[in-house]
Amino acid sequence: MMELFGPEEGHYALALGCVLALFQGTLPFLGKCRSLRSLATLAVPLAISQCGALLLSFICLILAAVRDDFSVKNIAENSALNKPMLYKIAGVWGNHEGSILLWIVILSLCGAAVACSGHHKTGLTSLFRAYVLAILGLISGGFQLFCLLTSNPFTRLIPMPADGLGMNPLLQDPGLAFHPPILYAGYVGFAVPFAFAVAALISGNVNSLWGRWVRPWTVAAWALLTCGITLGSWWSYYVLGWGGYWFWDPVENASLIPWLSGTALLHSAIVTEKRNGLKIWTVFLAIASFSFSLSGTFLVRSGILNSVHAFANDPARGIFILSLLGLISGGALFLFAWRAPTLNNGPLFSPVSRENALVFNNILLCSLCAVVLTGTLYPPFMQLLFGRTLSVGKPFFDSTTIPLVLPLLFGMGIGTSLSWRHASLGRTFKRLRPAFFLTLITAIPLYWNFRNILAFSAACLALWVITSSITDVVMRLRAVHTLRHLPRGIWGACLAHIGVGVTILGICGMDTAQHAIVASHIGEHHQLEGNDWLLTSVRSLNGPNYQALQADILVSHQGKEVATLHPSLRTFITPHQSTSEVAIHSSIRGDLYAVFGGVQHTNPETYILRLHDNPLAPWIWIGGLIMALGGLLSLPYHRFRYSKQNNLQKTHRTAVSRDHTPCL
Amino acid sequence: MPVTRRHLLAVIPAVGITAFAVGCARMLSRMQQGDYDPRAIHTPMLNQPIPDFANLPSLPGLPPSFDAPTLRQQDHPVLINFLASWCIPCVTELPLLKELSTHVDIWGIVYEDKAERVSAFLNRNDQPYQRVGHDFSGKIAIDWGVSGVPESFLIFPGGRIVWHNSAGLNQEVITREVLPLLELTP
Repeated sequence: MMELFGPEEGHYALALGCVLALFQGTLPFLGKCRSLRSLATLAVPLAISQCGALLLSFICLILAAVRDDFSVKNIAENSALNKPMLYKIAGVWGNHEGSILLWIVILSLCGAAVACSGHHKTGLTSLFRAYVLAILGLISGGFQLFCLLTSNPFTRLIPMPADGLGMNPLLQDPGLAFHPPILYAGYVGFAVPFAFAVAALISGNVNSLWGRWVRPWTVAAWALLTCGITLGSWWSYYVLGWGGYWFWDPVENASLIPWLSGTALLHSAIVTEKRNGLKIWTVFLAIASFSFSLSGTFLVRSGILNSVHAFANDPARGIFILSLLGLISGGALFLFAWRAPTLNNGPLFSPVSRENALVFNNILLCSLCAVVLTGTLYPPFMQLLFGRTLSVGKPFFDSTTIPLVLPLLFGMGIGTSLSWRHASLGRTFKRLRPAFFLTLITAIPLYWNFRNILAFSAACLALWVITSSITDVVMRLRAVHTLRHLPRGIWGACLAHIGVGVTILGICGMDTAQHAIVASHIGEHHQLEGNDWLLTSVRSLNGPNYQALQADILVSHQGKEVATLHPSLRTFITPHQSTSEVAIHSSIRGDLYAVFGGVQHTNPETYILRLHDNPLAPWIWIGGLIMALGGLLSLPYHRFRYSKQNNLQKTHRTAVSRDHTPCL
Repeated sequence: MPVTRRHLLAVIPAVGITAFAVGCARMLSRMQQGDYDPRAIHTPMLNQPIPDFANLPSLPGLPPSFDAPTLRQQDHPVLINFLASWCIPCVTELPLLKELSTHVDIWGIVYEDKAERVSAFLNRNDQPYQRVGHDFSGKIAIDWGVSGVPESFLIFPGGRIVWHNSAGLNQEVITREVLPLLELTP
């Protein structure tokens, strides 16, 4: 029975998915032109069956990897007999072809989710939904053609080798097994707001109902992207062993750019939903976020960016994705240029109001996005235009992003407490007074821990964000009396904002991190930040597909044992490569982090160790997860229940007044 | 229909993505022709004269710094070594450099590092350098085509680069490549 799902079947299912996607992409428009409603309604079953075909194809590739079918070129090049089972499966998306297939599978899942979302309850007309599905189908069809024509994961290899070439040992890590699917889900998830935006431009109608449809998809994509970036950053921290969490590597930036524009979209869609405003801007951000995701994919796969993330680069693939990017994003933006000026942009806002605070948020987030975009694209374009090579690194990003992040943090604390339409500054400040004093009290003891005034002020603002988010919820709770009456969106926003504060605190803590590189004999003591690090022994170990040299380091503080760290140096057999396994002792106060660098063959032997003391490091990733959790919490599972189009106005009013009452 | 400010603003993103796509298409076509390599950071060819640079800042407690003319005027070979205190291979190769310093003068250029860290690091270890300069901005490293540390260049009198190694040194490389070259010194 299982023999049925071989690579040929997978290849066939992929081709079938491609045909279905192209039908899904064209029939609704054809139906509109010919006034055949039934053609348009076909989009729903097509989206679901396309998803089924692609899932089947993906399962076939995984099964081929599990069965060590080295007649499939992709598996022969990336897998090996002695690879652990988890990495045989995860290895499927650890390379270019497999990851493109995963990308498409996730896109088709999004399409199926849109097709299945109950549209009668939300007032989503079936024609509009057919448009959205058609656009998703066109994107999906384009990428499936790319997969079939230039990067087919099912290409056969004859004769079949006895063993595979193996996988890069750095990728054989649980963090990296889950990082790509989640990150792609985030990237690809922005295709849904994009499709909604393009459908709105085609139909020429953007209103608060549209904002209501777009927001949950945006929040879901954003939460997954946040999770994916957090996992990636954590992976680079504990696998690469460089002791840092963010390197402003072009590929990291390629994920940060859509995250920033997606965060802006998340907030501007609130204004569209609640106040029927910022409509053109929200449509633009929806198009921009997915375009940035696509550009990121293109820049990484084409090899244009000089990065540590190496995919097998092939300019022919680059040209194909560039054409897709041109058709999808270029097409959408030209449509935007044509149709957007005719849209009605809604009411003007009074200067002190929640909606204006969200505009302020959007200006800062988009400036941040522009800065990161400039820093990422400047080197390749300088080289193209003037033939000059240069690199843009941490100093540029630090000096440009920090001045934008600080006011953003300050505004985050105030924004949530402002009411819609007209807010009173006096009342808002009165409301925030407890948060202000709490920040002051918690910040004073911090002063002596930071040598850098910039890090200290960022930490204060992070505390301000946390305390003001909590104050805001407490104030609202006092007004509504029971927990149940507070909308989940408010809980979600509070949690996400606290997450930002926690991450910023972690980053500020890492600013005070200390490290030392020592050449140590066994039994030698080293002092770092008040801790005593003792190299007790070095042993050799045998792993499943590697040999390792492991050091035992005893860390103690004032004679009391804190932790025992076991960093090791692994030498893999296939491919022949060595990696350094970092040892980390995490606690809420921070990380003790040790890297085994190498051996000097002196007598007695000297071991090179790198020791780090990273205060508050885990907070960075905990904060990221809190943010993502906040996003997931605010997803409106039940909000659509009573929002039929005819009583939208009513719910709209209740939503507004609900937000008004807590402003005591 | 009159063209308003809104029309002009709405066109900007489309113009932006067109410029981006055209630029990327140029890069890709030049990559295929082979005259655009995003990875190579201006690799200096062997047997080229050293790039020009002004006197580098010196570091406290370490030998004096140097500039390009001084390097050119030497009448014996010099090994230029790019290093940083945060890089493990740099630490690993120090004993080898110390050994090698009996055969050839070794001058160090400190890459992206804090002055006090390097001073402490080199003074703690038995440092092999006769002169040490600080490439504070990282610009010298770019001119020399350094993509990471450690990297070593062998310079013959007159300022010609005769050998380049873009990784940590080991005994084998030294005996097989560096020492024979030193015997060839004009």
